[in-house]
Amino acid sequence: MSSHHQAIQDKLAMGITWSVAMLLMSTFLWLFSDIVIHGISGVSWEFLTARPLNAGREGGIAPILVSTALILMVCMAIALPIGLGTAILLSELTHQFGWMSNLIRRSLDVLAGIPSIVFGLFGNAFFCITLGLGFSIVSGGLTLACMVLPILIRSTEEGFRALPADYRLSAAALGLSQASTLISLLIPAAMPAMLAGFILGLGRAIAETAALIFTSGYVDRMPESLWDSGRALSIHIYDLSMNVPGGNANAYATALVLITLLFIINAGAQAIGHRWSSKRVLVA
Amino acid sequence: MFKTWSSSIPSFPYHRDQLLRWALWSCASIAGLILVFIILFLILESVPALRHLGVNRFMFDPSWHPGENTFNLMPMILGTLFTTIGAIALAGPIGFCSALFCHCYAPPRLASLYGRFIELLAGIPSVVFGFWGLVVLVPLINQWHPPGPSMLAGILILAMMILPTTSLLAQSSLAQVPTEYLRGAAALGLGRWATLRRVVIPAAKSGLWTAALLATGRALGETMAVLMVCGNVVQIPSSIFDPIRTLTANMALEMAYAVDDHRSALFVSGVVLLLMVLILVTAANWSNRVPRHV
Repeated sequence: MSSHHQAIQDKLAMGITWSVAMLLMSTFLWLFSDIVIHGISGVSWEFLTARPLNAGREGGIAPILVSTALILMVCMAIALPIGLGTAILLSELTHQFGWMSNLIRRSLDVLAGIPSIVFGLFGNAFFCITLGLGFSIVSGGLTLACMVLPILIRSTEEGFRALPADYRLSAAALGLSQASTLISLLIPAAMPAMLAGFILGLGRAIAETAALIFTSGYVDRMPESLWDSGRALSIHIYDLSMNVPGGNANAYATALVLITLLFIINAGAQAIGHRWSSKRVLVA
Repeated sequence: MFKTWSSSIPSFPYHRDQLLRWALWSCASIAGLILVFIILFLILESVPALRHLGVNRFMFDPSWHPGENTFNLMPMILGTLFTTIGAIALAGPIGFCSALFCHCYAPPRLASLYGRFIELLAGIPSVVFGFWGLVVLVPLINQWHPPGPSMLAGILILAMMILPTTSLLAQSSLAQVPTEYLRGAAALGLGRWATLRRVVIPAAKSGLWTAALLATGRALGETMAVLMVCGNVVQIPSSIFDPIRTLTANMALEMAYAVDDHRSALFVSGVVLLLMVLILVTAANWSNRVPRHV
């Protein structure tokens, strides 16, 4: 291949990748700006604190924010301890539970690929009907907990694996028990990774719609307890745009609120990731 | 990894350690059993329909009208396949180019900014994509070729949805190519494109395939975005401007009021979907495990 030929190919490839990237960026900026431009006028303190009126066309989203927060709380309250325990077993005790940890890791890989609507079907059949929880915030939260577990576990496990071997060796040399090593040394040291996993899981959970339609339900009243049905933000957007003629204005505003929350969550994850990596350099 | 706690060294007979091990074991069992439970419940719920209707009727009934006792899933299966294939055909090459841009062509500062942007996009809820498609894209398509809600809209929105994931996965497989290869190529006097085409891409091939397979799995299972832009008419489309209904949209639309065999038939479609995704995930894991031949 002549160098002249090569130079032309180089230029061509460069041109193509640049233009594709710019096209991609501009499409997504179009999406963002559309939602910001149409949504910003609808978002106000009143919008955040008022009840929805007239099927959501007017009024605000206060009960929906509360329901979303409660669903996320239930989800994390269940998923965090189970995720932490599993991650510790997978990273620290693998050699004691060899075949089992292999099996669990496989099953989590598959679980991570399961579509959210299938989680919804399962949540409906198991939590709502078999366990008799009905359409409730608890059912929705539990369904989401199943969904975010793989993310939580993967991130936490990686955090534990990234800890220097010296930690475990020195703890063993000092005669610390396994439990004390974990509680007073490894868990605090792996905390940033756990936090990053928590935030990633939170982002996934707050974005979820399909798994919640048949588990936490549609009701847009202020939930009185965890056993009440509650509507999540994403379902509110879906319902307003699909089932409520004239609901687009408030759907835009709700979408803007949801995206803003996700931006905050994302920024948090990146800040932690950044801090964590710089901290690890110091430790090493 | 570390032999510190292995059984070859007598572990400390602390009661707390036993308790801890027991607690961890139960956590992990719960995490591992979720998948078993999901599969079990999906099968349990779909048994009535399979028993009353049999497999054939899901393929050969005249139409999908559960109220009139006809249960043909084929239009929805085809709808899912068409949108998925269309989406990956669009998002695959674009995501690959985007990964190349971020990894090889963009100046470092822009590359890191671009990478962050893509990461951010990967977290955008599908319902927001669907909403944008519904209020912006569908009217545009309607102007071009009515009715608007169509397979084309579904393909475009799905492609946008899986693009960030595709790009991120492709990027990470490009990043795994050892730097010695790049230095070797530079020492041989290869240009940037020649290096990419002859060295980097072949070395990252299995990772790129994994990325494509995982993105396809994501597209297959996507619900809200396609539900909102595809029009949801149960039919086998004759052009890309025809409205269609996917398997996932069908479940989301009808679960709310489905009873008896109808409900069970929806779970059958859930099993079908799960099977398709499982095949893809297995293929992705397998292609990731194949040793790289360079």
